Amino acid sequence: MIRRVVGTALPIALLVGLIFVPRISADIPKLFNGPINSPGTLQLLATCLVFGGLALTYDLLFGYTGLLSFGHALYFAVGVYLPAIAMTKWHWGFWPSLAITAAFGLALPLVFGAVSLRVTGIAFAMVTLAFAQVGAVLAIKNPQGWTGGEEGFGTDYTKLPAALVGVLNTKHLYWLALGYAAVVFVIVRWAVESSPGRIWQAIRENELRVEVLGLRPHAFKLMAFVLASFLATAGGAVYLLSSLTGPTPSVTSPNVTLTLLIMVVLGGAGTRWGAVLGGVLYKYFENRLGAIGDSSTVHDLPSVLRTPLSEPLFLLGVLFIVLVFFLPGGIARLSLRGRRGGGLSRFEQAISARSAPAGGIEEAT
Amino acid sequence: MSTFILLTITGFGLGAMYFLIASGLSLIYGLMGVLNFAHGLFLTVGAYGTWWIETHLTSIGNITVRYLVSALIGLCIGAAFATLVELFLIRPLYRRHIEQVLVTVGLALAGTALVQAIWGQDSRPFVTPPWMNKTTTILGAHVPNDRWLEIGAAVLVLVLMETFLRRTRYGLIVRAGVENRAMVTALGIDVRRAFTLVFAIGGVAAALAGALSNVYFGSVVPDRGTSLLIFAFIVVVIGGLGSITGSALAALLVGVTQQYANYYGATSLHLGSSIGDITVIMLLGLILLARPQGLSGKLA
Repeated sequence: MIRRVVGTALPIALLVGLIFVPRISADIPKLFNGPINSPGTLQLLATCLVFGGLALTYDLLFGYTGLLSFGHALYFAVGVYLPAIAMTKWHWGFWPSLAITAAFGLALPLVFGAVSLRVTGIAFAMVTLAFAQVGAVLAIKNPQGWTGGEEGFGTDYTKLPAALVGVLNTKHLYWLALGYAAVVFVIVRWAVESSPGRIWQAIRENELRVEVLGLRPHAFKLMAFVLASFLATAGGAVYLLSSLTGPTPSVTSPNVTLTLLIMVVLGGAGTRWGAVLGGVLYKYFENRLGAIGDSSTVHDLPSVLRTPLSEPLFLLGVLFIVLVFFLPGGIARLSLRGRRGGGLSRFEQAISARSAPAGGIEEAT
Repeated sequence: MSTFILLTITGFGLGAMYFLIASGLSLIYGLMGVLNFAHGLFLTVGAYGTWWIETHLTSIGNITVRYLVSALIGLCIGAAFATLVELFLIRPLYRRHIEQVLVTVGLALAGTALVQAIWGQDSRPFVTPPWMNKTTTILGAHVPNDRWLEIGAAVLVLVLMETFLRRTRYGLIVRAGVENRAMVTALGIDVRRAFTLVFAIGGVAAALAGALSNVYFGSVVPDRGTSLLIFAFIVVVIGGLGSITGSALAALLVGVTQQYANYYGATSLHLGSSIGDITVIMLLGLILLARPQGLSGKLA
């Protein structure tokens, strides 16, 4: 009973607290470059929150349903590119652009998901990566002059609502990003506790058993895939609005999906708070590590040390490997350790069961 | 007609590189159940190793000899790197397949970033032996000579791999391990040595693909491994996981389809040069709908 109250009250209290962040003018020198309510800091926080939400959409696939997808970037990229193309190249209004993005954001994962879910496990991972490559190819090759090629293009800001344009309105973008993260959190919480959500988790634990019970795993996996992809498309649109620049091909890169995977594992797969926290922390460190790489302390180091430190992705990749070895289960595992007496989570049990000699993947080979 | 022949042979050359990457991936997956996401990095290591040695081996005047020596050292670097990865990163995580994938993902990101930090993001020109840039005329088609090198290398690797798997004791252990790892272990054979061996073989094949890609594209670039890896994945899925001959067939199919679609799509249908990539991905979709287990019939 108490846990239930705390479980509802804590997120609401946190949300209320975060809403008032743009009112804080305090300066935290080591953590941020400027005062908290300065546009630069709010911008960084907005990006962190968007990726917190995106990591949670990926967690819905990987952590809750057990689908290792390497193609989540595609659906995110649709959300970044399509509204910008509709507004800038087709001269559509703001709302029609969002409407077509929503429609496409549902149709595309329905088609690609239905095909790629015909295979399972590792093959599914490979196939989703291949399908996501369509997005990367289209973004670079610039068909009809729509995507702007390697440079990307600037969005037509006259089409946007006035409240979202201009440096002074950065706090609105922050609230938009916060709203996105909160909405994703609520939807994912509701979805994984609904009855299809319980079947997703059952599929993650043991797909064969779900099938034996007379349910069709394919339909349920597709449901999770479409929901996660649609929410990622929404995240792409929020990212487009909050990033103040137009789309560039970097959002279609496989690295986007890989970083989402890192965020989820960093925070703890199969936990909501963990995934959001992982996304926020990852983006924060990526930004700060970039700043450290440019700082004078690093510049004075010998080149053997300086060169690797100048690449945030190198540090994050190494950090990730260390994490997989020494903190499987992620940050969420740290807080759960006391409560569960250090026992394996259901997800870890599922993984170790799956990898045991008679388990699923082994049998498939 | 001469264009058709040129496209076919170039497609075979491209398919040869896909095969070199896909065969290692497929073997590693088949035996160990590991999706080695760092396989593209093995290629990049081989490519940069070859390039770096070649630029520093100026004492050898003959460029062909210099290229061959550099490529040979590049292959050794690739094999050593792959072996170290298996020993220090994969081995501690045996039986934890998801973690193994995650570690190779982290390695691929960190390794590519490191190469980028040291030698820059832009492509560097690669000095190819002059005869490779010349063409041979076959049935009216002027085929660049390096295509033969790629095809020859891939055929050699295919023959060597098949001989190794069918004729040697270690090959027998590997094949038995693919069929039933628990049984091989129960018979008192240390399968883990076969794992390291398979990783080393995969590393050599990928590094060879790297050394050849330097000639094929005439340059080295940090993210080539990742971009070729995507097509190698497509080849592995089309060919059927764990099958070497399946990979070889699928690699030819993918390479040739890509070349035809690129050329005829761009010239007759005005679809631009990206159509080859998209056609291959559509081909993958069609094959998944018709035969999800891949051409060789092994269940994915």
